[in-house]
Amino acid sequence: HLATSLPLPSEGDHLRPRIDLIVFMIDIKNKYSLKNVEASLAHVAASFFLGKVCFLVTGVGRVNYCSVEMSSIWKLGDIYCSPVLYCELELERIRVATAQRLLRMLQICAGHVPGVSALSFSFLLRNS
Amino acid sequence: NLNSQTTAFLLCKRWALYSVTPLYKFSRAHLKAYAKLLSAYIATEKQKGVAVEVGVELDIKVAVSSLPDLKGSHQDEAAILVQISLRSQASQKMSEEKLVWSGWFCSVCGDDLSKNVPADFICLPVFLANGAESYTSIVGSWFQKTFDCCFHRLAISPLNLSWMAAMWTGCKVEENTSAIELVFSVPHLPQSLDISYAIHPEDAKALWDTVQKTPGEITQEEVDVFMDCLYSHFHRHFKIHLSATKLVKVSTAIASAHCDGIIKFLQSQYITEVLMLLTELAISQIQ
Repeated sequence: HLATSLPLPSEGDHLRPRIDLIVFMIDIKNKYSLKNVEASLAHVAASFFLGKVCFLVTGVGRVNYCSVEMSSIWKLGDIYCSPVLYCELELERIRVATAQRLLRMLQICAGHVPGVSALSFSFLLRNS
Repeated sequence: NLNSQTTAFLLCKRWALYSVTPLYKFSRAHLKAYAKLLSAYIATEKQKGVAVEVGVELDIKVAVSSLPDLKGSHQDEAAILVQISLRSQASQKMSEEKLVWSGWFCSVCGDDLSKNVPADFICLPVFLANGAESYTSIVGSWFQKTFDCCFHRLAISPLNLSWMAAMWTGCKVEENTSAIELVFSVPHLPQSLDISYAIHPEDAKALWDTVQKTPGEITQEEVDVFMDCLYSHFHRHFKIHLSATKLVKVSTAIASAHCDGIIKFLQSQYITEVLMLLTELAISQIQ
């Protein structure tokens, strides 16, 4: 499910399946995307921050297009105890690899991988 | 403290910015020799496959000089200026010289780089060029070959441009100052769209004065608050989120800077300060 901001419209609540993972995408070339994510975070229930949230930063390839300081994104990751992943959308190889990573994360968050909990996995990601 | 001749030369010209890695075995005693070598190099390069204008023979004259007052601290190397003039031999006695290209290397408070560099190298991390791109690339390749250094175009990110906007807005200037102008480029449109946002300099300075806590010190947070105020003011009137666009140019009374790495000095008393910032940007690109 893709959304441009939170909260999600309440009309679809009863039809929506359980949400196992929330990926917040921040475009480093776009300051507004960071502000949008910061505003949307306020609408997420606290239980999600036990390993079911991650930040995906795009556009990191081109340093000269930076409109967002990386330190403010790391700070966000620290405050919300969630890992920060990086992706270069323009390269197919990296897009595919990131999608596979997110899928794997989703499997863990949905409880489909025995022995690994969402919380322990996110702890692993943040400290590596 | 620059003399008036130097400042007259620097002001109000568009300078293309490059970062330069340290130069190996560059000697101030041999500037005249370097000028002769560079002149010969340019002459041969210009003759390679380029159609020569029939008629007036143009002679290329190169001058390499030192600008001793263009530096920041005592550890800085004084700036080096390279000038290319074309001399037309229209008449035997009098030859007119026309300056066609200037480039200069400088370092203002570049201690971060120079302290880590071995003895045979000198650090002049910022290179500024004005004139035809063809001359810039010829001069650049001669320096690269002769002194084993590397030139890279110094682009300026939107983050650094907003820093410049905040910093330069806060500078005290006399009356009749021009407006602060920010130019934004809107991405992802079929035709490119540029938004120009002009702010009255006194209003901008008043805003910056309320944001800045310690005079003489600027934090990233203060820059963010300053820019956010400007963005939300714009949004209130035009319903456009400037934060979703790319800041490409900043123009103030002190100087104007473009993200492609182009600078224009507009106030003589702030040239050194702007150069200090450019030195910092160049060094972070080199390292």
